[in-house]
Amino acid sequence: MSDAPEHSPTFARVSLARRLDRAAPYLLVPVLVLLGYMAIGVPSSWLTLTVSGLAMGMMIFIMASGLTLVFGLMDIINFGHGAFISIGAFMGVSVLFWLPGWTQAASLPLNVAAISLAILAAMLLTGAVSWVFERVIVRPVYGSHLKQILITVGALIVLEELIVVVWGGEEIFLSRPEMLQGAITFADAALERYRILAVVVGLLIFAALRLVLQRTKIGLIVRAGVQNGEMVEALGYRLKLVFIGVFVAGSALAGLGGVMWALYEQVITAGMGEGMMILIFIVVIIGGLGSVEGAFIGALLVGLLQNYVAFLEPKLALVSNIALMTAILMWRPQGMMPVMKGH
Amino acid sequence: MIDWLISGDRPRSVALGAVLLGILFSLAFAPFLFPGVRALDTAATILIFIVLVASYDLLLGYSGIVSFAHTMFFGLGAYGVALASIHMGPGWDALIVGALAGALSATVLAYAIGLFSLRVRAIFFAMITLAVASAVAVLVSQLFQLTGGEDGLTYRIPRALTPANRVGELFGVRINGRILAYYLLFFSCTALFLLLLRIVNSPFGRVLQSIRENDFRSEAIGYRVVAYRTAATCLSAAMAALAGSLYAIWLRYVGPDTTLSFEIMIDVLLMVVIGGMGTMYGAVIGATIFVLAQNYLQNLMGAASDATSALPLIPDLINPDRWLLWLGVLFVLSVYFFPTGIVGRLRAGR
Repeated sequence: MSDAPEHSPTFARVSLARRLDRAAPYLLVPVLVLLGYMAIGVPSSWLTLTVSGLAMGMMIFIMASGLTLVFGLMDIINFGHGAFISIGAFMGVSVLFWLPGWTQAASLPLNVAAISLAILAAMLLTGAVSWVFERVIVRPVYGSHLKQILITVGALIVLEELIVVVWGGEEIFLSRPEMLQGAITFADAALERYRILAVVVGLLIFAALRLVLQRTKIGLIVRAGVQNGEMVEALGYRLKLVFIGVFVAGSALAGLGGVMWALYEQVITAGMGEGMMILIFIVVIIGGLGSVEGAFIGALLVGLLQNYVAFLEPKLALVSNIALMTAILMWRPQGMMPVMKGH
Repeated sequence: MIDWLISGDRPRSVALGAVLLGILFSLAFAPFLFPGVRALDTAATILIFIVLVASYDLLLGYSGIVSFAHTMFFGLGAYGVALASIHMGPGWDALIVGALAGALSATVLAYAIGLFSLRVRAIFFAMITLAVASAVAVLVSQLFQLTGGEDGLTYRIPRALTPANRVGELFGVRINGRILAYYLLFFSCTALFLLLLRIVNSPFGRVLQSIRENDFRSEAIGYRVVAYRTAATCLSAAMAALAGSLYAIWLRYVGPDTTLSFEIMIDVLLMVVIGGMGTMYGAVIGATIFVLAQNYLQNLMGAASDATSALPLIPDLINPDRWLLWLGVLFVLSVYFFPTGIVGRLRAGR
């Protein structure tokens, strides 16, 4: 008998270029912040702009995360997502108007409690509406992108008009709760309190989403469903049910984002969600459809870039996002972190 | 002869043919049949929207691509004529240069957008066109030195096309430059519509339809799907720009609300769906019904709202300002229940 042939398996080292390639999207945010610093030159204004850019990015991410997951899981593109932002904003603001004692008191816990209640109410309402929305509007058009786009655009209009019927067509102005007005000064830079809160909330949501998606069984099913839905169904999981859950949760997140955005802009209109959808689509596209991490990085890039450009050259602010999208699609046509489809 | 004009694409239904002939007849003799400024205005709007909707149908109905930038191309054509008329002075040369410049820039822009989005997934196209169109709308309102911002631009067109140019009388109707302008529109729109009909009934149009049905298979047979989709986008953008130029000639005014707004985009979508996707004749019927309803039905809604003012909620719901609500409902219902639109219904009921 002869010996088995010499055999020593080795792990091929991943080359530096490939590792950089994979990490590149994560590096874009610090690179952009650094570029912003060099372009602006004044540390205090740079810090102010960076914080407001991060705050804006976090809020966009909250609104975009649901959309990207829904697409990844069920291949459904929901143009009506913007309506949930508006509904959430109107509901949340109604609750805030309802609790003048809590919002005008000079106590941070009471203020935060009022906002939390507003967010809770907004999420409950948008969740409920989206459940009906999924049943009535989306369910009959599974599998046909063309019809999905048409139907959800129609539904977006109907929902917006219903907001006008319920809350009136005028824009509603509001002021932030007492303790969240004004700014604190840090290293000569004026940092608005509310923006810091927005960054904190955004980070919490991102962490929670990551935790659910990476560490729980539901998250495992959702991630597996995004990669290969048929296989997950073959293993006996009712993906439709999971999908409805994701749809409702994603829409509730849009409602949350709506409340945050309403307090950020301090004015709400029925068309605000439709306006946000443009930024959200840009974020979802450059992040890679279906990717939560991609949407997070994309949202931060969009928020930071918009704030820097608005400071340096105000007229180019919205066009800057289109330019960013063009550049990223030239680099990676599928978006920064496309989801690997297993089928 | 007629068969050659309509590229062999017959209505294939007696009722449909009768309706189309009725619309053609009414539009051809509108100044004589329906005297009055408002009626003429409505007829001209119908003509322009027929071309705009038909060019959109080339994209949505024949190629299966959803675009939200169609009003942007429409606006490009309109602003082209407006800017040329202002900077070159009123004249025929300004109109021609403006229309060509508008169509050319629309084609180039459509090519650029198509290159980025259609290359990967057709679904990107809907989102990217929405983003680009809104960016352009913002740009137009911000670059007010050039575009007049929210106020828009007014300008003069050749005197031969204005009401001041009195020509004479025919069948008891005073012929002035306005009526000549109407006929300029009528013949241009008819020509553009017939050209679109020619395009969709050519081998090129067949390939577009095959891509709509099954893009993977078309690619496998050997057609370059991306090239065909991009070509359809460019063609439809150029047509929309030409329709915009005609609109600018008719209105002698351009502004974001009349040419660029998202509401017009919704109107166009609705006209395509109501008339029937994937049939050029659907554009004719959809545009006619919709523009008539928009101009006359809103008054009716106002009257109904006043009549029910004692009831709760109902007057709010049928207030003319809620016009868009009912449009949305109608839109959703027609996508569900009449995916083939009026034309499909008429053809099926033959």
